[in-house]
Amino acid sequence: MWMKGSWPRLVVALALIASVMAGTLAAPALAGPPTPAKGQGDKCVAPTDWMRRNHMKGLMHHRQRTVHEGIRTPQFDLNRCIDCHQVKGDDGKPVTVSDSRHFCRTCHDYAAVKLDCFECHASRPGETTTTGGLEGSPHGAPGAGDVASLNRYLEGAGR
Amino acid sequence: MTCKTDSSSCGSGGSCGCRSGSEAAAHDPVDAGRRWFMKAAAAFSTTVLGPGVTLLAFAESDAAHAKPADQPVSSKQRWGLLIDAGKCQDGCTACVTACSTENGWKTTGHPETDPQWIRKLTVTSPQDGSSFSMPMLCQHCAEPPCVDVCPTGASFKRADGIVLVDRHICIGCRYCMMACPYKARSFIHEPLEDQKPYAPRGKGCVESCTMCVHRVDAGGIPACVEACAKTGNAAMIFGDLNDKNSEIAKRVATYRTTRVRADLGTEPGVYYQNI
Amino acid sequence: MARITFQKLDDHSPAFWGLLAMHAAIIAIGLGAFFYMEHHGHIVTGMNNAVVWGTPHVFAVFLIVAASGALNVASISSVFNNLAYKPFARLSGILAISLLVGGLTVLVLDLGRPERLTVAMTTYNFKSIFSWNIYLYTGFIVIVAAYLFTMMDRSVSKSGKATKVMGWTAFVWRLALTTGTGSIFGFLVAREAYDSAIMAPLFIAASFLYGLAFTVLVLLTMCRETQQELMGDEMLYKFRNLVMIFALAVLYFTAVKHLTALYATEHHGVEAFILRDGGIYTALFWIGHVLVGNILPIVIVAFLAGQGKLLTARQGLAAASVLALLGGLAFMYVTIIGGQAYPLELMPGMQIKSSFLDGEVAQYSPSLPEVLLGIAGVSIAMLITGVAAKVMPFLPRGTELEHKAA
Repeated sequence: MWMKGSWPRLVVALALIASVMAGTLAAPALAGPPTPAKGQGDKCVAPTDWMRRNHMKGLMHHRQRTVHEGIRTPQFDLNRCIDCHQVKGDDGKPVTVSDSRHFCRTCHDYAAVKLDCFECHASRPGETTTTGGLEGSPHGAPGAGDVASLNRYLEGAGR
Repeated sequence: MTCKTDSSSCGSGGSCGCRSGSEAAAHDPVDAGRRWFMKAAAAFSTTVLGPGVTLLAFAESDAAHAKPADQPVSSKQRWGLLIDAGKCQDGCTACVTACSTENGWKTTGHPETDPQWIRKLTVTSPQDGSSFSMPMLCQHCAEPPCVDVCPTGASFKRADGIVLVDRHICIGCRYCMMACPYKARSFIHEPLEDQKPYAPRGKGCVESCTMCVHRVDAGGIPACVEACAKTGNAAMIFGDLNDKNSEIAKRVATYRTTRVRADLGTEPGVYYQNI
Repeated sequence: MARITFQKLDDHSPAFWGLLAMHAAIIAIGLGAFFYMEHHGHIVTGMNNAVVWGTPHVFAVFLIVAASGALNVASISSVFNNLAYKPFARLSGILAISLLVGGLTVLVLDLGRPERLTVAMTTYNFKSIFSWNIYLYTGFIVIVAAYLFTMMDRSVSKSGKATKVMGWTAFVWRLALTTGTGSIFGFLVAREAYDSAIMAPLFIAASFLYGLAFTVLVLLTMCRETQQELMGDEMLYKFRNLVMIFALAVLYFTAVKHLTALYATEHHGVEAFILRDGGIYTALFWIGHVLVGNILPIVIVAFLAGQGKLLTARQGLAAASVLALLGGLAFMYVTIIGGQAYPLELMPGMQIKSSFLDGEVAQYSPSLPEVLLGIAGVSIAMLITGVAAKVMPFLPRGTELEHKAA
């Protein structure tokens, strides 16, 4: 009786152990920690340590204010993150999130955290708005894709 | 160093969320970011909006209202459109094409499931056969039925009257599509890629005309209005209905205008002339 | 009055396991259909920008409406003090919960973003009747569960007071629930086919009929399983009368709805569509809803079943119940899909045309995955009821069938 009843449990236990082992072997841990691409500007919108832990809070806060209140400040603007941290692919164009070298993916793959943003958001910098009239707007996705250079340009122009 | 094990200057308590202002301000880059922004906003308004005002003839009086980027939109404005069907040409789809290009929605040859933020409507009188053409789009109602029925509040009206879908909290129930009297909304039936950075959209959510909110917030005008002006028809005007001196408010006050299904009490922000 | 005793299913026939396995298999297939639709998007369904709610909603609303009606029997016993119904009160309660869970599952699995269910549970727009319904539905489950507890707990059920209080609460709640469900449609000013306060009472009458039909069919299945007579002749007669009354009520409200609409010239278009020119919708309305769903059940139990007639009273009731449920699905199909297929009046009095198919009757044909998901909802309800009857004493103890046969 005991033997009979414990068979299924044994099978389940073995299956569990096997899956854990398989998972361990397949995990990227052996490949070492990720090295996400550096941004192109001088520094990030917040200290790197802070960003590593809290970038999602910043993005969330910004998203709420942008969508509902129309506040479009540059800090934590996802499009700016995408612009600055773009990674060029083999064809010289910025890669999309479908490429494992994508800035966001390097860490998210490693930490196994699902990335939901890019089901809707563009994961690489886009061209400026084709219908014209808004080139240079802070929201029209700067063509240069470089926040720092835009920064310097605007500072200079302001004087 | 890994993301996980990296020791942070914030400590492990996680007390430095973005809400704790004093702590965040202590970080130089954040502070710098803010200073940068103030300068940028000032620079932006002088260098970019200046030429914009002359470029966008129809938004003349409205561009002056472009709010600073860090200020929330306010109910002082009520953005609206005035469409003169008398100037709208049969067969002209400049506004539709411009919207599609601007916001990245495409037709795939399946009109029943394709998105259409704006479409050309041909209206014919069954009595005498006379007909006219007009664009139909989200009417940006003051009393939007879509907002009333949305269970999560994803369908909402901004303070300045623009009706939007917050796609972050839209669960795709499509009740708003049932409620909209204008068939202005479409559901994204298929996975998408290569969206426009300023017009995020994705499978499983409902969407509609945003009145090019990304342009309006920057002091611009919607792509459809701009395209219509470029054709020379100039059938569409965009502006602040609350500003008595704006072109749109003056015209609405002067001419007889119609709002589609005004009988339903939805108070659309889109006015039509000659329909 | 004899003491009412209850039982759980413990002596299982292969038929019982077979039935459970069948429902489990249907649910598995339905889940497969869900993953398929979720992966590819709604493009693989028949739904589109005009008919935004399709077959899943037909089943979901049908089950939700039936759920509130299934509580009928319990309400009659607790609220209206009719002791004859008391043996069936527990089954009625668990069936109500099961049907609601089945319906809600289908509804949720059809969302464009089903993984955001937590959003729906945490972010509310209180002006939306959908939000009220989220409360009405979850509240219904909690209240009926509490009601069942007051009926089934030895010490609590002794006085009968708690049962009475919970019975009343559940009764009022379920009326609110069906009103809410009907109003999902009734509050849509833009859709001519729906915009009417009578949607709520019509849905309540329909809920009575469908809930009763489910109760009868489950009881008959359980009779077979327990080899006992759970429904005596007296109950058969009572249920038969209820079927007639409820079907007549549905017919009455249907007639009033369409007659009032016909009176106003502006609604002639949509009424002509549903009643005369709508093809499949017209057929489903007259043949499905009116004939199969209501007139035939009345005719069968009134004239064709009973002693010395074509069918036994039991067969007649069973047939009437099956027909009422089929008619119910037809009614939901006409209401939900027919109402959307009729074009919106953007420019009253004018003809409109566009690339977005304005002014045209919208096309919709159900796709297989949608149908499978919908049917899985029914199976979820039946599986829960079956398992519940096995683990707890929901069923009354009846008289052994052998006695009757002898």
